[in-house]
Amino acid sequence: MKRVIGLIAIIICFLLQSTLFHYIAFAGIVPNLMIIITSILGFMEGRTDGMLAGFLCGLLTDIFYGSVLGMNALIFLLIGYANGALNRVFYPDDIKFPLLFIAVSDTACLILTYLTGFMLRARFNMGYYFIHLMLPELAYTIAVSLIVYIPVRNILLLFERRNTEDG
Amino acid sequence: MARVKIKRRGIQIPPGYILLILTVFCIILMVLSFTTDAVPTALNGIAGYTFMPFKRGLTEISSYANHRADDLKQVRQVLSENQALKAQIDELTQENDRLVENRFELIELRALLDLDSEYEEYDKIGARVTGKDPGNWYSIFIIDKGEDDGIKEGMNVIAGAGLVGLVTKTGPNWSQVRSIIDDQSNVSGRMLNTSDNLIVYGNLESIKDGTIEFGQLSDPDDEVAVGDKIVTSNISDRYLPGIAIGFINSIEKDPNNLTKSGTLTPVVDFEHIDAVLVITEMKEENLPE
Repeated sequence: MKRVIGLIAIIICFLLQSTLFHYIAFAGIVPNLMIIITSILGFMEGRTDGMLAGFLCGLLTDIFYGSVLGMNALIFLLIGYANGALNRVFYPDDIKFPLLFIAVSDTACLILTYLTGFMLRARFNMGYYFIHLMLPELAYTIAVSLIVYIPVRNILLLFERRNTEDG
Repeated sequence: MARVKIKRRGIQIPPGYILLILTVFCIILMVLSFTTDAVPTALNGIAGYTFMPFKRGLTEISSYANHRADDLKQVRQVLSENQALKAQIDELTQENDRLVENRFELIELRALLDLDSEYEEYDKIGARVTGKDPGNWYSIFIIDKGEDDGIKEGMNVIAGAGLVGLVTKTGPNWSQVRSIIDDQSNVSGRMLNTSDNLIVYGNLESIKDGTIEFGQLSDPDDEVAVGDKIVTSNISDRYLPGIAIGFINSIEKDPNNLTKSGTLTPVVDFEHIDAVLVITEMKEENLPE
């Protein structure tokens, strides 16, 4: 049941990300909702679920917007897995660590995308991309995760409680 | 699918193994997308039928909301513009008469030179933009027409007066378009006034200022100046000739002293593309004759 909720969350995020979110872009920069959902599902549900969530997010991006199939899937897969490994230090009441996890995940995603998509094509001006693209996206993503994190956490915890009551 | 099976049998596959399997799967996908079209085509189909209806709906909602907000803002502007435009109409009517005269002359001269075929109108299909690249790195978007509507990979996409990009991937009911401002894009262009060839490169760095780059322009007599128009070249193997790309914004000599490079402002406003036209005629088909 929880996986169905996760799946629905991923689909909603993907649809929002590629349509409505472009209307709330600041200076052409959109927050990365896909990373937020991958990260949350990862550190709340563990390695397997985090990895599957990441894989699905990445694959969807690849199919519609990528040029090489599997590239984003791999990046998101690794990020989901790493977040899942942090499941042990996750406490539902804490908000600092989840935000930190999301921030680190987004940074990792940005750096990996730069390395695979830009540096390999001899775009070496990393300082420019850092200031004009990575930093704004990171700040915006953290701001959005501040709003998104608590509702998503509560929905997931709700289903957790029901499951334990059943079993 | 695999997840359900694991649960029912009660067997726990260690996450490490799943990671390994999925990583290998990703790498296989990457290799496959370079070598064959079978897997990507299948995935494009499945994903297209599942997601396109939602995307179309959402785009409609968001563009409706956006337009409503714009409407309110624009009403005031429109009133003042109306005055100015009325004056302009008079001016333009006169100019139009003059141009119509010129046009008849042009038609006659063209018939004389037998250049008709080159300037023929291309067949086009209209399409709506239903989604933009989810990240901030690329300028790729998808449109709501695909193979079922006769769109093929490699077709040129235009909007308004100029070139938007190229169809780079197709599904049954959607296609991916890479715009000319995307960092990976290269277009072979030509100066309209001097017919010199050049290459137009998309660039993520300069597009923040609204410009893209060009290079490899050989202009020994310094004839090309700021404001000159660049169109697609007739020697390009992907783009049809004579489609407007943009106007030169800055130009300078390369260190080799032979070629020039600089920046240009694209004709199309890439921030606000809602609808595009796909030219169904393809460059390759015209070539060998």
